[in-house]
Amino acid sequence: MLTEMMRKAEHEMVVCNACRYCEAYCPVFQAMEQRVTFQPADLTYLANLCHNCGECLYACQYAPPHEFNIDVPRTLSRVRVESYESFAWPSFAAVAFRRPWTATIVALIAGVLICAPVARTFTVRATGQSADFYNVIRHDVMVTLFGVVGLFAVAAIAIGHRRFAGIASHEGSRYGELGPRQRATRDVLTLRHLHATGEDCVDGEEQRQPWRRWLHHCTFYGFALCLASTTVAAIYHAVFGWVAPYAYTSAPVALGTVGGLGLVIGPAGLLALDLRRDPALTHASERALGFAFLTILLLTSVTGLLLLALRERPYMPMLLVIHLAIVLALFITFPYGKFVHGVYRGAALLKFRREESV
Amino acid sequence: MHSSPTDVLTDSYSEDEFMADLLRVTGGITDQTLAPMMIRASADLPRRMSRFGVRFQPSLRGTLHLGRTNAFFLGGGKALMNSAYAAAERLGVRIVYEADVVGLCIRDGRFESAEVHTPHGTEAIAARTVVLAAGGFESNLDWLAEIWGKAASNFIIRGTPYNTGTVLRLMLDAGAESVGDPSQCHAVAIDARAPKFDGGIVTRLDSVPLGIVVNKHGDRFYDEGEDYWPKRYAIWGRLVAQQPDQIAYSIVDSKAVGRFMPSVFPPIVAGSIRELASTLGLPAGTLAATIERFNAAVRPGTFDHHTLDDCRTEGLIPNKTHWAQRLDTPPFHAYPLRPGITFTYLGVKVDEHARVVMKGGLAENIFAAGEIMAGNILGRGYIAGVGMTIGTVFGEIAGRESGDMAGRQPRHA
Repeated sequence: MLTEMMRKAEHEMVVCNACRYCEAYCPVFQAMEQRVTFQPADLTYLANLCHNCGECLYACQYAPPHEFNIDVPRTLSRVRVESYESFAWPSFAAVAFRRPWTATIVALIAGVLICAPVARTFTVRATGQSADFYNVIRHDVMVTLFGVVGLFAVAAIAIGHRRFAGIASHEGSRYGELGPRQRATRDVLTLRHLHATGEDCVDGEEQRQPWRRWLHHCTFYGFALCLASTTVAAIYHAVFGWVAPYAYTSAPVALGTVGGLGLVIGPAGLLALDLRRDPALTHASERALGFAFLTILLLTSVTGLLLLALRERPYMPMLLVIHLAIVLALFITFPYGKFVHGVYRGAALLKFRREESV
Repeated sequence: MHSSPTDVLTDSYSEDEFMADLLRVTGGITDQTLAPMMIRASADLPRRMSRFGVRFQPSLRGTLHLGRTNAFFLGGGKALMNSAYAAAERLGVRIVYEADVVGLCIRDGRFESAEVHTPHGTEAIAARTVVLAAGGFESNLDWLAEIWGKAASNFIIRGTPYNTGTVLRLMLDAGAESVGDPSQCHAVAIDARAPKFDGGIVTRLDSVPLGIVVNKHGDRFYDEGEDYWPKRYAIWGRLVAQQPDQIAYSIVDSKAVGRFMPSVFPPIVAGSIRELASTLGLPAGTLAATIERFNAAVRPGTFDHHTLDDCRTEGLIPNKTHWAQRLDTPPFHAYPLRPGITFTYLGVKVDEHARVVMKGGLAENIFAAGEIMAGNILGRGYIAGVGMTIGTVFGEIAGRESGDMAGRQPRHA
């Protein structure tokens, strides 16, 4: 579908392709130069390749007030959100990308409505078992609940990814795929494109700071550590029969604590940066997605750490139910919020690395 | 110049070669002291500029693949200016935007103050020294009309609308020695649909050697296959300016599509010559006859866009001496051309300290840098990037010399 923003993006890419002074900034311009025309599929690919730094806007002589009206970061951010909508499964859920705050609040309410009824108690009387979460919500209930919601989220994201891969398919050789895969993985893990020219990219006019990159690393690796914590705990439980609660020095708690701290510092810092960010760089729809996602991540990590610190207090069950409700809401919104940027960005980077190796 | 490959330049470009290039394009109209001095000073420019945050494209890429002789700014000219302004602000320089110098108070070769229009009113700014870096007059349409007459109204100005030449004229009126031909400007043929000002690099068109160029009467007027970029690039502006109504049309057939840099404006496409003529508003009979004659005159040859190949016409006036192929495969693509003015040559004469030379001798405290004095080095013609080199080298000299001079003088002066 050719939206108004797609038309604008096409116009901008035609101008950029005749200029090419930005080519060393990032993969968007290198991928652009491989093309002569820009179909919606090309624009979707380029939009998802964009890291939204802002170098190209500040460098551009055709930026507003020039009549060519070129603002690549903002235009591509809008095309990107439109692509998230178009890949959403089930399709009606695309509305969540248009109303991210409503979606988050609805998911939070759903989380509470699901978690509260399955809680067996909201206060602890027998202090001896105070840190035992399974006294509050039974282990099998918890596993079933999060298993079902988690699997649904994974399925929805996988379908979205498939839809994206369908339009951003690459017709090049599949031989030697390992190389591009490794390079794309390195790109994802290092955020190489936020300092692609050897220096950090701008995050405002002539402002080169590493914070955006480091805070994203905190968020990304914090999230990964929390995931690792849960996985290790699951193995403890299922394989070794070691039942929670685990000691503060144990692997699941240590991983979760460090990860949780990352998920406090990262999202809080990114929120602070984004609030001050030049609005010319990002379309309002993507800004809102980012704020909503960072907020729910922050809620998750803060309640998680509180729960850990206060797990022997009488009001632990209340905290647990709140934390689980937020985590459930996070799971529900995974396929319908900013989280998906990682999936599509990763796929776009892989395509870029494949094109590069042909 | 550079004697060995650097991170932003390949191979080497010697002082002699640079000088030879400069002599060739200017026909010797260059200052024999200043030009070699500038060339030597250019050797280490990328490194010196990078201290102010200026960045370059890696050498193996670059817009026009001139990796040996030209380093390209990462992000282009505006990124360069952003870096320079940010560096100046870090040094505590106060920058006043939307300020227009409308008068200079100069007594006996000594600058005393400048009259400046700002949004807050007019004020006189006194200073111990001044560096004039106010560009040429290419965006002053009235001044252009004084030289070119009515034709000037059809010129497109490739750069900013702020090159009004006000300061240049004030200096000449105050008795500065001039350099450069006052009636000349550097013009290239660009897409006629470009904005009047500031269309910049994207409005250029590279299709000329791949087809034919006709004027508004449907007639060819010059050998489209004479030479490569950049010589071709540099002459076509003038050629189009000399045609009636300063308009011409580059016409190629579908064989040429994809062989030149994509243009920012879409081609005007037609399935036949007649249809093309009617879309462009050209006399269909003449255009058809021009193309018929051209096609009949094309001799067999092996087409090679990258060399001066042997595809040429015979018996035409003018002939096309290279890359001549029949226009016989529809659809036909056309691009309208107009002269696009890049810069003007007229400037103020300076010495090796970038100090302005007045008719009565050296100015005491007036320096110049950039296009306003580029005519000292580049009396005519053009080599890619030379304007940037002149601007940077003389900007450094003028800044250093004027800073030294201002620092030497007692505060009450």
